[in-house]
Amino acid sequence: MYDLIIIGAGPAGITAGIYATRYQLKTLIVGKLLGGVASEAFKVENYPGFKAISGTSLMNKFSEQLKYLGAHLQQKDIEKIEKMKQGFKVLTGDKEYEAPAIIIATGTKVRKLNVPGETEFTGKGVSYCATCDATFFKDKIVAIVGGGDAGATASLQLADLAKKVYWLYREQKPAAMPSWQEQVRKNPKVEEINKTNVKKIKGNVSVEKIILDRDYNGKKELMVQGLFVQIGAVPSVDLAKDLRVKLNEYGYIKVDEAQKTNTDGVYAAGDVTSASNRFKQIITACSEGAIAAHSVYEYLKK
Amino acid sequence: MPETILNDSNFEKEVLESKIPVLVDFWASWCGPCQMMSPIISELAEEYNGKTKVAKLNVEENPTTATQYGIMSIPNIKIFKDGKVVDEFIGVQSKEAIKEHLDKIITKH
Repeated sequence: MYDLIIIGAGPAGITAGIYATRYQLKTLIVGKLLGGVASEAFKVENYPGFKAISGTSLMNKFSEQLKYLGAHLQQKDIEKIEKMKQGFKVLTGDKEYEAPAIIIATGTKVRKLNVPGETEFTGKGVSYCATCDATFFKDKIVAIVGGGDAGATASLQLADLAKKVYWLYREQKPAAMPSWQEQVRKNPKVEEINKTNVKKIKGNVSVEKIILDRDYNGKKELMVQGLFVQIGAVPSVDLAKDLRVKLNEYGYIKVDEAQKTNTDGVYAAGDVTSASNRFKQIITACSEGAIAAHSVYEYLKK
Repeated sequence: MPETILNDSNFEKEVLESKIPVLVDFWASWCGPCQMMSPIISELAEEYNGKTKVAKLNVEENPTTATQYGIMSIPNIKIFKDGKVVDEFIGVQSKEAIKEHLDKIITKH
């Protein structure tokens, strides 16, 4: 029996764990991926206290602090959360845990293109993690899809290794921060293609070409050996749905200023919520985690 | 037993000539999700001791094997039986998901 179970071990979950432990709540953190999507960040330059640090290193520091404070961390998948008469039961494949309060910090999962060939060629040219896979595309031709910061930074990362990089996005102008755009445009290896979508991915054993929804240089076919999909994320709310937690129109968990959901005893923090103006940053996730832990402390005191 | 550390020169002996199934985790130091898989791999090595050889190959240091098996995305886990790839996972996996597949392969043995 715990006081609090936190679902998710990214920045929000870990910070909630740090605060809850310091409030002397008996806390368990269950997460599939330590560090969450932040562990995939190529370089973090906006987390105070660290000039420039890789996402993995920063997340390792987070979890070191959690261990130092003595919180329990279980790296596993959760099958289900059940609401009991009092409190909640969290079921993993082989164990059950109970607590009167829950913080959902399950973050997001990658948004897929949902085009023919995508599933078939995942791991065979189609990738969702430029930091992980850039190296396999040395001297190859690749395309990056997505006009946001992730798309821009992936283009830069790939440009270091690949022969040629196409940066595709559907908008007239990319949404990436101006500083990233400037760096991309300075790079002679990157060619920008705007107002364009990928319709199909083709190849034999691995990706050989992509089909676009409009002509580029007179053709809809673009010969590439790699395709990096960086088109954002969708909230992971399957477990929240079990608890009848309300979502907003975009599918994020609705929370109030205290990070509380519509269900008593259920709080949410990080990228999965409607809070922080949906600004998905490590620092905003941490902030929400801290507030959620404080709210749980107040709730349990009553 | 701790996991077997593979490289380009021992791959054939340790994996392809193994009498029992071999799970190979292809990883690299720059890959955050791979590092997150690392404790799961260690636990599997303990739990499947004698039934499945659990091994790791650093793709950064052993590009020949990585290229030979067409690795283009990591974390990538392949299960070998009698020298052939019989199962494959791409991206982060839960321990339960891997165990389910491993158990099926072992019982077919």
